Amino acid sequence: MADEPLVLGIETSCDETGVGIVRGTTLLADAVASSVNDHARFGGVVPEIASRAHLEAMVPTIRRALDTAGIKASDLDGIAVTAGPGLAGALLVGVSAAKAYAWALDKPLYGVNHLASHICVDQLEHGRLPQPTMALLVSGGHSSLLLSADITTDVRPLGATIDDAAGEAFDKVARVLGLGFPGGPVVDRKAREGDPRAIAFPRGLSGPKDPEYDFSFSGLKTAVARWVEARRRAGESVPIADVAASFQEAVTDVLTRKAVKACKANGVDHLMIGGGVAANSRLREMAQQRCDKAGIVLRVPRPGLCTDNGAMVAALGAEMVWRDRAPSAFDLSADSSLPVTEVSVPHTDLHSAAHRALQS
Amino acid sequence: MLLLAFDTATPAVTAAVHDGTAVLAETFQVDARRHGELLLPAVEEVLRTAGVDKHRLTAIAVGVGPGPYTGLRVGLVTAAALGDALGVPVHGVCTLDAIAHQARAEGLTGPFTVATDARRKEVYWASYDDSGIRVQGPAVDRPAELAPEARSVGAGALLYPDTFPHAQGPEHVSAGALADFAATELAAGRELLPNVPLYLRRPDAQVPAGYKAVLPA
Ligand SMILES: [Zn+2]
Repeated sequence: MADEPLVLGIETSCDETGVGIVRGTTLLADAVASSVNDHARFGGVVPEIASRAHLEAMVPTIRRALDTAGIKASDLDGIAVTAGPGLAGALLVGVSAAKAYAWALDKPLYGVNHLASHICVDQLEHGRLPQPTMALLVSGGHSSLLLSADITTDVRPLGATIDDAAGEAFDKVARVLGLGFPGGPVVDRKAREGDPRAIAFPRGLSGPKDPEYDFSFSGLKTAVARWVEARRRAGESVPIADVAASFQEAVTDVLTRKAVKACKANGVDHLMIGGGVAANSRLREMAQQRCDKAGIVLRVPRPGLCTDNGAMVAALGAEMVWRDRAPSAFDLSADSSLPVTEVSVPHTDLHSAAHRALQS
Repeated sequence: MLLLAFDTATPAVTAAVHDGTAVLAETFQVDARRHGELLLPAVEEVLRTAGVDKHRLTAIAVGVGPGPYTGLRVGLVTAAALGDALGVPVHGVCTLDAIAHQARAEGLTGPFTVATDARRKEVYWASYDDSGIRVQGPAVDRPAELAPEARSVGAGALLYPDTFPHAQGPEHVSAGALADFAATELAAGRELLPNVPLYLRRPDAQVPAGYKAVLPA
C-alpha cells in the first residue's frame, strides 16, 4: 500500500553495517556491509575493528540501499536506528549517522531496540505479527524468550541465557573441532553428515527445579571439549560430524522444548524464531515438528533476515510510524545495555513534559 | 561561503558557522564521554544562533583527529552523513592544525608544539614552524620519548610538564578556529584532508594463542 510509511533503518550493533528500507511491511532494500572476515583470525568480533568498518561503510551502504529501493532520501517518512543493546562504539556510529540524516532531511528519528527489531523483521516475510507473539531470539549475542503483546511498546522477557549465548556455543565448539569462525554455518554443515544420537551431551537447565525459561550453554560447550580432548588423548580419531550433530541436537532440543512450553503456558499460538542461529537447519526442522504437534504456528524469517540487518530496524521503525509512536530526540544516546523492555527511546523532553504535567 | 565546522577529537564538542570572513556563531562544551549526545544539538544551536538555514550551507569542515577513536568517529560519520544528505562537500582538518591556528590567533609566535591527550600515557602531537606550517607529526608517542619545541600548547602538553615545561592553552580545539583555518586554506586554493580519521594506532586486537584445553594436563 502506497500510504504505508516509508522508513530507512540503520543497524550497527555488532559487525554488520546494515541499512534497510521498507514501506509498511514490504521490504524494498536490505544492504549489508560485513566486517566478519576481518574478525575471523581473532576468533570473535573485535569491537574497534567493527567500529572502524562501520564508519567506512556507513554512507556508501545508505546510498546503496536508496539506489536499490529506487527512492530519494527526501521521500522517507522516518529514519530508525538501533540504539542498543550492542557494542557501544559500534552503536554510536549508526546512531550518529541516523541523527545527521534525520536532521538534515527534516525526518523523525526513531532509536529502537535491537531485540525488538529481530522480532519485527518477520512482518516483512509473513505480514503483521499476531498479538501476542512468542519470540525465541538466538544469536551470537543473545538467547532469549520474549513475549510481545505490541511490538512497538510491550516486550517482556520470560527467560534468557545465564552464561553463553547459543551462537557463542557454536563458535566455541567449532573452535574445539578446528572448524574456524564463525561456527554456526560450518557446524550445521558438518552435522548433516553425523548422527545426532551418537553422543549424549547434557541439556542445560532442564531439571525439574531449574528456571523454566532460562538457558545455559556453557556446561554443554565444556562437555563437548572434554569429550573431544579425551578422544584425542587416547590417540583416537574424533568423529567430527557426530560431535557436531550431537552438540547441535542438544542446543536445539533445549531451545525448542522451552519455547513450545512457554507458548503453551502463556496461551500463545504463534512462535517466531529470530537471530543468526535461526538460520540453523536443524533448529528450523525441530521447531517445525514440535510446533506442528502442539498446534502452534511457527514463523521463521528467511536466513538473510534472521542475522543482523538494517531491514529489521526499518521494519520496527515503520511500525512505530504506523502506530504513531513518539520519535526520539537528537540527544539520543547509544545504550550498549538497553533493556529489552525498552522497545524504543522516546523523546525525553516530551517524557519529562508529561511528567511535569502530571505533577502540577 | 557558508561553512559548518565541528570537531569531536578532543574532550570538547564544538561547532561553528563561518561565512568565509568571520565566525558567525560557535558552541563549545567539554564532556569527553558525551560526544554522541551533544554534537547534533550543538550543530542545530549554532545554525540557529547564526541565523543560517542548513540548506544554505556550502561546505562542511570536520576535525579528523588524531583523537580517541570513539568520540572522533562521531564527528566524522556525522560530517559524512550531513554532506551526503545536504549535498555539500566535506573537508577534513587535522585537529592539531586547528589548535595551532587558534594559538597563533591568540598571539603565540615562533615555533611550537601542539599536544593533546591520547590516553594510555601517550600524546598526539605535531610541531609548527614560526610561520605556522606543520613540520612534524601528527604522531602518537610517550611524552618522555619526545623533544618538543620550547613552547607548547594543548591539554596533552599541560598534562606532562616534564616534557612540556612551558605549556599553555588552548587546551582543546575550538570549531571557530577550525572553521577559520579551513576557510583560509580553501581561499588560498590549498586542499584540505579527506574525511578519513587519523587513528595513528592499529586497533587493539589479539589473535588468541591457540586452543586452550579444558581437561587438566
Ligand atoms: Zn542480533
